[in-house]
Amino acid sequence: MAYIQSVYPIVRKKNLAKNVYDFTISCPPIAAEAVPGQFVHVKVAGFQLRRPISICGIDKEKGTIRIVFEIRGEGTEKIAKLNEGELIDILGPLGHGYTVLPEGKKVVVIGGGIGVPPLLQTAAQYGENATAIIGFRNAAAVILKEDFEKNGNHVILCTDDGTAGRHGFVTAALEELLEKETPDLICACGPMPMLRIVAGIAEKKGIECEISLEERMACGVGACLGCACKTRKSDGTEGYSHVCKNGPVFNSKEVVF
Amino acid sequence: MADLRVKVAGVSFKNPVIPASGAFGFGREYEKLYPLSMLGGISCKGTTLNLKDGNPPPRIAETPSGMLNSVGLQNPGIDHFINEELPYLADKNVTIIANVAGSTVEDCIEIAHKLEGTNVDMIELNISCPNVKQGGAAFGTSPEMAASVTRAVRDATTKPLMVKLSPNVTSIVDIAKAVEAEGADAVSLINTLLGMRIDINTRRPILRNNVGGLSGPAVFPVAVRMVWQVANAVKIPVVGMGGIASGKDAIEMMMAGASAVQVGAAIFVDPYAPVHIIEEMNQWLDEHGIASVNEIVGTVRPW
Repeated sequence: MAYIQSVYPIVRKKNLAKNVYDFTISCPPIAAEAVPGQFVHVKVAGFQLRRPISICGIDKEKGTIRIVFEIRGEGTEKIAKLNEGELIDILGPLGHGYTVLPEGKKVVVIGGGIGVPPLLQTAAQYGENATAIIGFRNAAAVILKEDFEKNGNHVILCTDDGTAGRHGFVTAALEELLEKETPDLICACGPMPMLRIVAGIAEKKGIECEISLEERMACGVGACLGCACKTRKSDGTEGYSHVCKNGPVFNSKEVVF
Repeated sequence: MADLRVKVAGVSFKNPVIPASGAFGFGREYEKLYPLSMLGGISCKGTTLNLKDGNPPPRIAETPSGMLNSVGLQNPGIDHFINEELPYLADKNVTIIANVAGSTVEDCIEIAHKLEGTNVDMIELNISCPNVKQGGAAFGTSPEMAASVTRAVRDATTKPLMVKLSPNVTSIVDIAKAVEAEGADAVSLINTLLGMRIDINTRRPILRNNVGGLSGPAVFPVAVRMVWQVANAVKIPVVGMGGIASGKDAIEMMMAGASAVQVGAAIFVDPYAPVHIIEEMNQWLDEHGIASVNEIVGTVRPW
């Protein structure tokens, strides 16, 4: 797995919802290597630590990647101020993405809030064989719904307050869906409590489940061992793996919640 | 092109820039970006006798001009280091420093014994990790303890021995003198400064370990001051580190008295930092008509 660090131009910038930004970056060598579920490590002028941001879209023909991120603090706020035509310093593609199943297999992608973007490219590979269960706080926070529809995915939209789509959490929609069909794989990304519930549902149903984790990170490549997460090894012992290199995508059975 | 070769305690480095222990793993992740042979040397991730799992997350926090870490010496243990990592580094044409971080004096002795006969060029005895309960800074904050662990490892190894010092002490000079008296061939400094950040919304420390080691440009002036003080107090060479992020920083550290430098946190901003620092040092030396980097060591002219 190769990765590159360089500066690349932002070719398109959009504001998708309050505090949520969508950058398309022209970076052919990174786009050529990237797989769904990986991330890029973005340098922020004036800050010591880069910010890990998941890859939302990969266009290998155009040589672009797309990142969709939320302003969480001073670092991401600074990144959001970059404009079209300006250069962004990225290191990537990094980490271990979602398993890609052969054609014809059925997949459910399930995400909450800013956990939704990393699932878009994964779902794109499966077209109508993928169901995307995506959840947001309210109608104003909904992002990427049309993008999943353009993939040909079945989209189940949920909002916490019922202002768009189903009223309630994505986990309830998942349980209901699994009454009717059994996918070969569930791919999840979102807040830890959501991931824990999704992993529990998948385990009960005997369905493979992969979840994308996040953690405060320094090097991004597996050298500094900063972004630890507790995992269970095949021999049953527990220890610390690292989100940047062993993840960000893990089999849910490996993760110690 | 200036002559960048340096010698520290008889060990040759093709240039004075060495990625610092903990920031660079065993080099594998950065070999994907540039050949390790470009570097002066590598100070490998600190090794304990047995596998060590480290501290619970979060282990990383941003700070003004720096960062905190509380990794807690997570590492695969000395046998893995010798069997898996040293063979990998063997043909990389780079000087290898093994960072020894035993929890007890006995562990340090056993690790040193195991390193005899390996391709390690130098031992860096870590008596300064702020993130572990046993060993680490517990050894490095009293001159008596620092002296006794240095003596024990000195007697256990024929390899050149460098001792990595903690800045979290009243007098780093006293510690440096104590390890010099017990046979250290060099000292490296500074390890991280103990720090803390609190999330004011949750009133929780950001680090799960509550406290952690501060590194990055924020500590650079402290490091320069300590290197200067120690270099003036001991006869053995000093390897300087702490917040070096540019060639000019490295030149400054060497003028303070360092014979070589280590680079840590800067690698997280720019993975090519060690390579850029080497290039910038070379350029600065050329611009100033200085033939060898050794000519600048300790040349600060104090008032």
